[in-house]
Amino acid sequence: MTTRVGIEVSIAIADAVKLCNPDVVAAYPITPQTHIVEHLAELVADGELDAEYIPVESEHSAMSACLGSAASGARTFTATASQGLALMNEVVYVAAPMRLPIVMAVANRALSAPLSIWCDHSDMMSVRDTGWIQIIGENGQQLVDNIICAFRIAEDKRVLLPVMVHLDGFNLTHVIEPIAFPEQEEVDKFLKRTPYPLPLNPDKPVAMGEFAPPFIFTESKWAHEMAIVNSKKVIKEVWNEYNKKFGRQYTPVEKHHSDGAKVVLMTMGAVGETASVAVDEMVAEGQSVGQIRLRLWRPFPFEELRESVKDTDILIVLDRAISYGGPGGPVASEVKSAFYDQEKRPKIVSIVGGLGGRDITVAGFKDLINKGIKIARTGSKNEYEIYGVRE
Amino acid sequence: MAKSESELTWKDLEIGAIIAAPGSARSYESGTWRSQRPTYDFSKCIKCGTCALFCPEGCIEQNEDGYFEADLFYCKGCGICARECWPRVIKMVEEVE
Repeated sequence: MTTRVGIEVSIAIADAVKLCNPDVVAAYPITPQTHIVEHLAELVADGELDAEYIPVESEHSAMSACLGSAASGARTFTATASQGLALMNEVVYVAAPMRLPIVMAVANRALSAPLSIWCDHSDMMSVRDTGWIQIIGENGQQLVDNIICAFRIAEDKRVLLPVMVHLDGFNLTHVIEPIAFPEQEEVDKFLKRTPYPLPLNPDKPVAMGEFAPPFIFTESKWAHEMAIVNSKKVIKEVWNEYNKKFGRQYTPVEKHHSDGAKVVLMTMGAVGETASVAVDEMVAEGQSVGQIRLRLWRPFPFEELRESVKDTDILIVLDRAISYGGPGGPVASEVKSAFYDQEKRPKIVSIVGGLGGRDITVAGFKDLINKGIKIARTGSKNEYEIYGVRE
Repeated sequence: MAKSESELTWKDLEIGAIIAAPGSARSYESGTWRSQRPTYDFSKCIKCGTCALFCPEGCIEQNEDGYFEADLFYCKGCGICARECWPRVIKMVEEVE
C-alpha cells in the first residue's frame, strides 16, 4: 500500500532520494533548490539516511565531488539551480562522457542578468549539450516517481549516464501537493544495486577522463552519443516497468486531447498543468485543440513527437527561454528540425513566454493559443513571438 | 592493445574512455607534434646532462657513447634543450617532410 501525504515538493524530492538510499550527497544550497538539500542534510544528520553528506564550498566543487563519488561506484545525488548550474557547468560537461551515473535535481530558475530567482528554462538550456539525460516533471508526483526512475536509468548497464530531473523553481519547489510515496521495500526491489563496471579501485587501478589524442577523440564522442541515443529505449522500458509496479505511466511525449486535434500546444514543465485547463475549456467549447507535454528533453524523442502530432495542422511550441538572435525558442528549434524533412508536417509556431517567473494564466493560455493560430494562418515577419511583452 | 590506433573503433573503447591498462602514454608518439628537431655537434659535448634535466618530455637519454640525445619518437621539438645547452652542442633545425 502506498500512502498519499500533503508535502512540499522539495521535501518530497528529498524523501524520494532517501528511498533510493544514496551513498553520497554533495551539494551547495541555492534558491529555489535549497529545501531539497537542506532536508537531505537533515535526514543524514538525524541518522535517517545512511549517506555521506558533503557540504562543499561551491557548485563546481559539488559536481567535482559527485564525479569522484560516482567513479568509486557510490550512488550519488546532487541538486542545484540557475547560477549554481552555471558555476558547475565545466564539471557537468565532464560527468556524462565519463559515463558516471549521477542523479541531479535542477530547480529551474532564470539565469542572471538581471537577477531573478523565479522560474524559466534558461538554466536547463545552458546544459542542453552536456550529454546528460534530461527529464522534466510537471508536478510533485511525477518528480518523486522520476527521481526513483532516474537512478534506475542512470545505473542501467546499457546506459551509465548522469540524469538531470528538472522541476520548475517555486511553481513546484515551494508548493504543497498530495503525493503518494512507494514503500521502501518496493523501491529496493525496483532499484537493485549494480556495480559500476570499472570503478576507482586501488587494487585494480584505472585512469578516468584521460587525455584523448585526435586519433581517438571522435570515437569517444560517438560512444557517448550512441549511449544517449540508445538510452531512450531503456528510459521507456524503465517507465513501463515503473507503471507495472506503481501504477503511474510516463512517456517521452504525453498527449492530452491531442489525437486528431488540428491545433496542438506543446509545453514543458509546470505550466503544462495550467495550459491543460485552458485546453480543456477550449475543447469543451468545441474547438479542435490539444496539448502535448515533453517529458524528455535529452535524448530528444523525435519519433514520439512526430507520431503525437501526425494529424495536427498547427503546432504551437511554448519556450521558457530565449536563444538570443536565433531561430526561436530552443524547444521550438528542435521541433522544427524534427519536421524539416517530413513530407507531412504541421505549421510550427514558436512562442517564448513565462520568462523569469512571469505567470501565464488559464485565460493567458487561451489567448496564447489563439495568437499562435493567427500567426500560423497569417504568417509573421519574426522568427518567433514573445508572449506578453509590453511594447 | 591488440589493434593499432587507426584500427580502433568506438566500440573498442572502455566505458567512459577509461584506460584500464597502465603505460598507454608510452605507445603514444608525441614526436609527430614536432616542427623542429634537435641536431647535435657532439665534438663540443661535455656530457653534463643539462639538456636531459630540462627536457619537459623526459625523452633525453645517454646513448652508447655517453652523449645525451633526444628520443625522436617522443621529442616535441620545443627547443628547451638547445636553449639550455651552454656548450652550444644542440641546434634546432626545421623538420622538412
